[in-house]
Amino acid sequence: MYQLTNVTKKYDQGKRSVTALQDVTVSIPDGQMVAIQGPTGGGKSTLLQMLGALDRPSSGSVLLETEHLGSSNLSSLGDSQLGRIRATEIGFVFQGFNLIPTLTAQENVETALAPLGGTNAARRERSAAALEAVGLGDRLGHLPAELSGGQQQRVAIARALVKDPTVLLADEPTGNLDEETRDEIMDLLEGLWRAQGLTLIVVTHDSAVARRAQRRLHIKAGRLTELA
Amino acid sequence: MFYTYLRRELAGRRKQTAIVAIGMALAIALVIIVNSVSSGVQLAQASVLESVYGVGTDITVSQAPAAAATPGTGNGAPQRFDFGSADGAAADGTTTISRSRLTAERGTETFASTGLDSVRAVPNVSAAAATLLLSNSTFSGALPTRSQGATRPSTGQGAPSGQSAETPPTGGPDGAGGSSFSVDSFTVLGLNPADAAVGPLSAVTLTAGRSLASTDAGANVAVLDASYATTASLAVGGTVVIAGTDFSIVGLVSAATADSATAANVYIPLDVAQSLAALPGQVSNIYVQAASSTDINQVQADIRTALPAATVKTQADLASSVSGSLASASSLVSNLGLWLSLIVLAAAFLIAILFTISGVTRRTREFGTLKAIGWSNGRIVRQVGGESLVQGLIGGVVGIAVGLAGILVINIIAPTLTAGASTAVQAVGRGAGAAGGAGGAGGAGFGPGGGGFGAATQAATQSNIVLTAPVTVSVILIAVGLAVLGGLLAGVIGGWRASRLRPAEALRSIA
Repeated sequence: MYQLTNVTKKYDQGKRSVTALQDVTVSIPDGQMVAIQGPTGGGKSTLLQMLGALDRPSSGSVLLETEHLGSSNLSSLGDSQLGRIRATEIGFVFQGFNLIPTLTAQENVETALAPLGGTNAARRERSAAALEAVGLGDRLGHLPAELSGGQQQRVAIARALVKDPTVLLADEPTGNLDEETRDEIMDLLEGLWRAQGLTLIVVTHDSAVARRAQRRLHIKAGRLTELA
Repeated sequence: MFYTYLRRELAGRRKQTAIVAIGMALAIALVIIVNSVSSGVQLAQASVLESVYGVGTDITVSQAPAAAATPGTGNGAPQRFDFGSADGAAADGTTTISRSRLTAERGTETFASTGLDSVRAVPNVSAAAATLLLSNSTFSGALPTRSQGATRPSTGQGAPSGQSAETPPTGGPDGAGGSSFSVDSFTVLGLNPADAAVGPLSAVTLTAGRSLASTDAGANVAVLDASYATTASLAVGGTVVIAGTDFSIVGLVSAATADSATAANVYIPLDVAQSLAALPGQVSNIYVQAASSTDINQVQADIRTALPAATVKTQADLASSVSGSLASASSLVSNLGLWLSLIVLAAAFLIAILFTISGVTRRTREFGTLKAIGWSNGRIVRQVGGESLVQGLIGGVVGIAVGLAGILVINIIAPTLTAGASTAVQAVGRGAGAAGGAGGAGGAGFGPGGGGFGAATQAATQSNIVLTAPVTVSVILIAVGLAVLGGLLAGVIGGWRASRLRPAEALRSIA
C-alpha cells in the first residue's frame, strides 16, 4: 500500500519556483483501482512520478509497503535502490507506449526482465506468455512500427506486467487511442487488475476511463482532493 | 538481451553505424598506410646506411675537424702539388709530370687509434673496428720543356715558358707550347681485416676474387669497389697505384643494394694505409656494435665519456645524413603523414563521439523508459558503450582492409627513391686549377682552386632504393587498438550522458 504524507514537490524554472504538488496526503490500499483526474499542469504526472519512484518529493514522505519489499520510504532512497524497486514492484504504461522501435514485441517485453536476471530462455518464455495474455501471441516478432496503436499499448501492458509487479501505474494509457480501442485496452487492464490483484493507478483526462475506477482522486494546482 | 539489443540497434540505425564506421575506417587506414610507409622508409634508410656503415653497426665514432693552426693547412685545405725544376721526364720538347698524394679525406679528422681500445673497454660493446678514410689524388700532365727557351719568364700558371717573342712556341702536348693536366682522385679506406665483422666491409658483397684477410696485414693488396673498378678499367689480378705504390687487386666488392656505392673506392690494410699516408697510429672512424639494441643509448653515452672530443652517433643520428628523395619521403611521412593521420584520427573520434551523443539525445525517451522499468545506469552505459565499441570495431576491420589494400598498391607501384649518405663517402672528384706559381726554383704549384684540367674520377654515392611498405603485426594491433579506443571513447562519453538522464525528466521531456 501507499502512504503519502504532506508531499510537496517544487521545481525551479529559472528564477521562479513552481509548486507541482502541495501537501498531498493520501493512502492507497493494496489491490485498489484508483483514477487520478485533473486539468493539464495540475500535478497528475508529478504525483504519478512520486508513486512510481521516478522522482523524490521536495518534502514529505512516500511510503510503499509490499509483500516482498516490506515498507520503504521512497523519498529517502538512493537512485539505485529506487531503480531496484521500479524493476521489481512497479509496472508502467505510458500514453505514447514508449516501445523501443528497433526491438520486436517480444524483445520489448524482455527489456523489463533484463534487470531481474535469469536465462534467455526463461525470459523468452515469460515474455511470450505475457504477450499471449494480452492477445498478441501471434505478434511476437513484429516491430512496433508493424503494429497498430492498440497493439502497441498491449505490448506496453505486457511489458509492465511480465515481471508480476505489485503496482501498475498508467499515465493516460488511452490518450492516443480511438474510443473502441480505448475500451478494449481498459477492459484488458481491468481484467488483469482483477485477475492479478494489482494496485492499479490510472492518470486520465477521460471521465469514461475514470468511472471504471473504485476510487477517483482529483488534483488541481498541486492539491489533491477525493471525489465521491 | 545485451547482444540482441546491440544487434537490433546497429542494424536498425544503419546510417549512423555506416557514417561512424566509415570515419573510423578512413582514419585507421591512413594510420596503417602512414605507419607502413614510415617503416619502409626506415628500412630504406637502414639499407643505405648499411651499405656505407656496415651491417650491425649501431654507433659510429669520429672526430670533428679542428681549425687549422695555419691557414691553408689541415684536412680542409686545398691540396697542393709542388714540382721542382728537375721534376718530370722531358722528351721531344715536352715534360711529363705526375705526383700522387695520399691524405686524410677532406672534412675528416684523424685521431689516435688508442680510441679503439677505449671503445672496446666500454661495457656492452660487442664489437668495434677502426678505419682510416683517405683520399688518393694524382696530379699529372704535360708542359713544354723549360729548356726550349728562356726569353720569357715563367708565369707559374702552367703557361708555356721559354718561348721567344720572335720564335713561334713549340713543345708541349700540342706541339705549340700548350699544356694539359688532369687530376684523378679516389677514396681509400684502411681497415683491419681481422675486424671486418663490423664496419664497412661487413655489408658488401664479394663479386670477384677474395676479401681482405688477417694475413694481408702489412701487404700491398687492395679490394676495389666494383663500380669504381669498372669506371677505372681495373680488375682482379691487376694493379692499382696508391700514393705511387703498386697494390695488387685481390677482390671486388659491391654494395648489397643495387646501384649503390660502398663506403670507399679502394680498401687496403689499415697499417699500410697509415704508413703510406704518414699517419701512424691514426684512424678516422670507429664502428661499434652494441650487445643489444636496448644498450645503444647507454653505450653512446659511455663512449662520449671515454672520448670527450669524439663525435658519437647512433643509427638514428646517422639517418639524418641520408639525402635525396628518400630523405624527402622520410620528411613527408614523419611530418605531413603523421599530422594528417592524427587530424583524421581526431576527426574520426570526434565524429564517433558526436554521433553517439546525438544518438543518446535522440533516444532520450528510450533510455528514460528503460530507467523507468528498472534498468541501472551501469546497464545503460554498457549498452551505449557496446554499440559504440562495435561501430569502432567495424570501422577498424574495414580500415584494416582498406589500409592493406593501400599498402598493396604502394608495393605494386614500388616507387623508386634516390638516396645518398652524405657523411661517409664524399665526392672526391674535383677539377684541378691553377693556384699560382709557388714552386720555387722555377717550379710550378697546382691545387684544386677551380678550373677544369681534365675530369676527375668521382665516387658514386647515390643509390636507388625501391620503397616497400611492410605489414607488421604491430601495425594491425595498433589499428585494432585505435578502433577499440575510438569506440570506447565515444561509448564512455555517450554512456555518461545517458546515465545522467533522470527518468522523470527524460519522460517529462517527451510528454
